[in-house]
Amino acid sequence: MANSLKCDLCSKPATVHLTQIVNSKIHKVDLCEACAQAKGVTDPSGFSLADLLLKASLNPEPAGEAKCTSCGFTSQDFKKTGRFGCPSCYEHFSKMLEPMLETMHKGSSHTGKIPQRAVARKSLYERLTQLETELDLAIKSERYEDAARYRDELTQVRQSAGHKPAP
Amino acid sequence: MKINELIDSHSELTDTAASKSAVVLMTRIRLARNLAGQPFPGWAKDAQKREIRDQCMQAVAALPQMKRGLAIPVENLDELQKQILVERHLISRELCHAKAGAGIVISKDQSCVVMVNEEDHLRIQVLRSGFQFKKVWNTINTLDTDLEEHIDFAFNPQLGYLSACPTNLGTGIRASAMMHLPGLVISSQMEKVVRAVNQLGMAVRGLFGEGSDASGSIFQISNQTTLGESEEGIIKHLHGVLNTIVEQELNARQKLLETDPNKLSDKIGRAFGILQNGYLLNSGEAMNLLSLIRLGIDLNVFPDAQRAVVDRLFIECQPGHVQHAAKGAFDPAQRDVLRAARLRSEFAKLTAPDFTPTTK
Repeated sequence: MANSLKCDLCSKPATVHLTQIVNSKIHKVDLCEACAQAKGVTDPSGFSLADLLLKASLNPEPAGEAKCTSCGFTSQDFKKTGRFGCPSCYEHFSKMLEPMLETMHKGSSHTGKIPQRAVARKSLYERLTQLETELDLAIKSERYEDAARYRDELTQVRQSAGHKPAP
Repeated sequence: MKINELIDSHSELTDTAASKSAVVLMTRIRLARNLAGQPFPGWAKDAQKREIRDQCMQAVAALPQMKRGLAIPVENLDELQKQILVERHLISRELCHAKAGAGIVISKDQSCVVMVNEEDHLRIQVLRSGFQFKKVWNTINTLDTDLEEHIDFAFNPQLGYLSACPTNLGTGIRASAMMHLPGLVISSQMEKVVRAVNQLGMAVRGLFGEGSDASGSIFQISNQTTLGESEEGIIKHLHGVLNTIVEQELNARQKLLETDPNKLSDKIGRAFGILQNGYLLNSGEAMNLLSLIRLGIDLNVFPDAQRAVVDRLFIECQPGHVQHAAKGAFDPAQRDVLRAARLRSEFAKLTAPDFTPTTK
């Protein structure tokens, strides 16, 4: 069986078989002689299987690997590029990210500049959306007094934010 | 403004170099910013990138700071134009290689630059000659706040500004100073300095950033961490480290003067001789010779007014600038002839070195 194994990098018959335990997970690699030489496998001091695994992504994650639902970026993609796919990736990969941030930075929470205007815009937008939903619900369930209140509040929020009143 | 006008007009680094600063050549801060809800440039499709670019370039070009500046998609630049912008430290090599949807907005005085769709949607950058962190931070902070009026940045209250690479997360700031450190190089102390600076969480790079060599004894020193500390804190911390390096450099020069003034004078004198008479100079050698002349100016061997000329030549002896000045396509060997000719004519006018300050 072992004789039929192919090199994970170039598909020639594999003659070097390695097993390494990284973060209590077992990783196996099969390489041909040339690739083993090229990757420095024969030099134990300069070789880390973990690096090889990262760079060549020989280790497809088991089913259910982490994937960003906003942009489709996977944790494998991150291992390959070291960069994320979109802002939402930071939420989807937060577990993987946390230990990294600790070694990478001075702390793990932001204490610098805040985009005040953008934050205000966002909370205004959220408030408006919320009121609109409430208004719709109130109308649908024929709670007209509530609906009137929501409508007035909407007008007020829009006006104070410099929006034109709804026609 | 057109690209060729910009290349031929005065720039912050090549012409305002009335810098009195003996050690710090340039101060630079960049901020990494991204649009909320959009994939980062490395992951976005080409069509998305173009849309993002159009939106960003429009918003940036409309800023008062960018009035009468240049706004141009990278694909509209030829290789030489890109090379010149890299040599002026206005854009990165990475941006030059961007395949689609990348753009640049540069202010008229070439002190503010916004790269669009490099690693992040926006890389805002402000640079000034000399040691001027306060001024540069104030300028870039205002620019960023003004831009926020028109663009929703990807921001998370816990993690700060979200960047494509987690190494830029939080403040997205990289503050750096370009330092001329011939004293530390000649006295073989640079390795020690690099190690100490790295231990303090800061990075040392060559003249043109990552992977470039330190020709001309010029180094860029910058912060590496961006999260867990405020922008002011990061700048203050870096400023402190840079001040120490300036002190170390000045001490190293003093020591060289005390222990072996003849050796130092010899180096400066030979550099002057080659610059006045050389016929083939590659950019690395030219940088190293200019570096020694600059050291000579700091030590009063040459008149102070010459510093601005040397600082300009540091940039103008780079391959792209040599090529542009000679107006044509040349191979490296031909450029070495052109470069040497330019330097001969610049240094023919310069008065001979007066070694009394170094040898008395």
